[in-house]
Amino acid sequence: MDLLRFITAGSVDDGKSTLIGRLLYDSKNILIDQLEQLEKSTKNKENGEVDLALLTDGLRAEREQGITIDVAYRYFTTPKRKFIIADAPGHVQYTRNMITGASNANLIIILIDARQGVVEQTRRHSIIASLLKIPHVVVAINKMDLVNYSQDVYNNIVIDYAEVAKSLGLKDVTYIPISALKGDNIVDKSETIRWYDGKALLQHLEEVEVDTDVNLDNSRFQVQYVIRPQTEDLHDYRGYAGKIISGIYKKGDKVTVLPASIETTISKLEIGGKEVGEVFAPQSATIQLADDIDISRGDSIVRSTDIPQTNNEVEVLMCWLDDKPLQTGNKYYLQHNSRLVRSVVRNIEYKLDVNTLQKEAVEGNVKLNEVVKATIKTASPLVFDAYQHISGNGSAILVDETSNSTVAAVLFQ
Amino acid sequence: MSQYRLNYLEQLEAESIHIFREIAAQFERPALLFSGGKDSITMVHLAKKAFAPGKIPFPLVHIDTGHNFPEALEFRDWLANEVGATLIVRKVEDTIKQRNLTEPKGKFPSRNWLQTYTLLDTIEEFKFDCCIGGARRDEEKARAKERIFSVRDEFGQWNPKLQRPELWNIYNGRIHKGENVRVFPISNWTELDIWNYIRAENIDLPSIYFAHEREVVVHEGQLVALSEYVKLDAEDKVITKKVRYRTVGDMTCTAAVESNANTLDEVINEITSTKISERGETRIDDKVTEAAMEDRKKNGYF
Repeated sequence: MDLLRFITAGSVDDGKSTLIGRLLYDSKNILIDQLEQLEKSTKNKENGEVDLALLTDGLRAEREQGITIDVAYRYFTTPKRKFIIADAPGHVQYTRNMITGASNANLIIILIDARQGVVEQTRRHSIIASLLKIPHVVVAINKMDLVNYSQDVYNNIVIDYAEVAKSLGLKDVTYIPISALKGDNIVDKSETIRWYDGKALLQHLEEVEVDTDVNLDNSRFQVQYVIRPQTEDLHDYRGYAGKIISGIYKKGDKVTVLPASIETTISKLEIGGKEVGEVFAPQSATIQLADDIDISRGDSIVRSTDIPQTNNEVEVLMCWLDDKPLQTGNKYYLQHNSRLVRSVVRNIEYKLDVNTLQKEAVEGNVKLNEVVKATIKTASPLVFDAYQHISGNGSAILVDETSNSTVAAVLFQ
Repeated sequence: MSQYRLNYLEQLEAESIHIFREIAAQFERPALLFSGGKDSITMVHLAKKAFAPGKIPFPLVHIDTGHNFPEALEFRDWLANEVGATLIVRKVEDTIKQRNLTEPKGKFPSRNWLQTYTLLDTIEEFKFDCCIGGARRDEEKARAKERIFSVRDEFGQWNPKLQRPELWNIYNGRIHKGENVRVFPISNWTELDIWNYIRAENIDLPSIYFAHEREVVVHEGQLVALSEYVKLDAEDKVITKKVRYRTVGDMTCTAAVESNANTLDEVINEITSTKISERGETRIDDKVTEAAMEDRKKNGYF
């Protein structure tokens, strides 16, 4: 059994909460006491059905104000897979929330209201999916019950969306006609939509191939923590602990420590204190090296045959996440996995309209939810890859030095 | 099938170990809040793996309400010794005396709420800048929205509207003096994941997680263990039942479930077929209001 992380994207009335509620309910991941709670809360009992949208209802603070604060995580399991849903609300702060929720997703479900077809929001969600390189896209054409389950309506939306997908280079796109409210094609195949010969949504989620999402070709590892027990029997032990970002490491591999650029050999590999012959992404491992080198948190250890870039200037796409706009000239901490360096944002080239992909001139400061192309200069060098190539080694955040807030999501170009 | 493939438990473990290592690297004085339950026992196991062959580089802190199961306390002491970790115990009883607090009343006087005082005092006493908690997002809806690194102000308060965006596997633990961060390394685990992991890793648990004979009273359909802390009414009938615990909290606010499960396999079978959630079945205190957890979190409860 493996794990699939996905995000659901849709505008306010696309039926996103109903869809998630339906997945949890029909896959029998809702238990009696939660259901009782739900029945108690259901205001509209006229049709005798519980309001599945309430299953994803959040905090009292939100209910009182009728808003959703931000990303919530939901869990469900079928005999085939464990699922983690990032449920990001759709409104003002959408770009920020969606990027947060999408950053770890293998798959995105883009909801389209069958009555509306492809709208501006659909394009925006798709653009963010392509920027963040989410490997799998499901276009769920919802509310089919409200268009008499019309195959023509479905086909026209598929044709329209295929254009969007093509222009953005989205590869694995699957289309499913559904009704979250009635349960058509969610857990079981619809009895009504007989013209559709694909899988129901849950079956697709269970079967979509995610093994290939892990990059096993380029070996990237960053030191998180140095284990030095300094006890009598282990006084010479120095283990470099970290998560394998991508690729495979084997005992005896020739490796280079960056940014110092010193070559050595892997002498021992461990997982949870047990010696192993090889380690691979996304394991948390401990590496021991043949030579005594000065290595600290944030340094990279890579196979010598395949070296990433080392530079103190990097071109980036950056999404601003904070209410306080970017102050050009201010220093920000840049956190690239475990490497923390001071940095300054320079040369803001253009702003990307996330609804159209148009490049626009930037007037004034970069504000919340804006995506810009810029150059970041760092006080000491970064060891990185382009996000589009190795996302785990191509992403970073900016942290405001004075408020300590996370203010930007950064994708290295 | 590729040989370079992790099952879901291995993926969860890798993620949690990564979080533990970030904690040790980013904070000066972290502490693991140890409740004695299966979630914190699992966390100790993960922490041990994260820093092997070294020792766990932070203390285990137990906020002792004085209403604990003796079996859980005995296990706590054994475990701390077993992994070679420092154990710090601070008692709610002492806080009540020092601060002249009012003891909760009622039939099941829960000191759950008072724990917050002791916790905040302990954080101040040891100047902890990070407290590691075993909360899971599947437990309760206030938790579904909490970050893995959750910043608290100097009053220990959680502000759901001012959470830092948490992207990829990058955790921002920078804080101002006086603030602290609550970190939840097993956020993405469900109850069943914990049990399956305990089975896969053969982790020891206190005996009360398995079926045993116990004197209980029935209260609103829940079985509450007889103890000196529970005040009986005239109409209460004490009966002996074969039970086990699904969660281990205070004797006054944790209910037992009827069970014949003597092994992990049997426990997992029972949980898989049960129709009631963990909190719903075993927490007496959560029934008070729907937003009970949200309120407690905002006030500095884990």
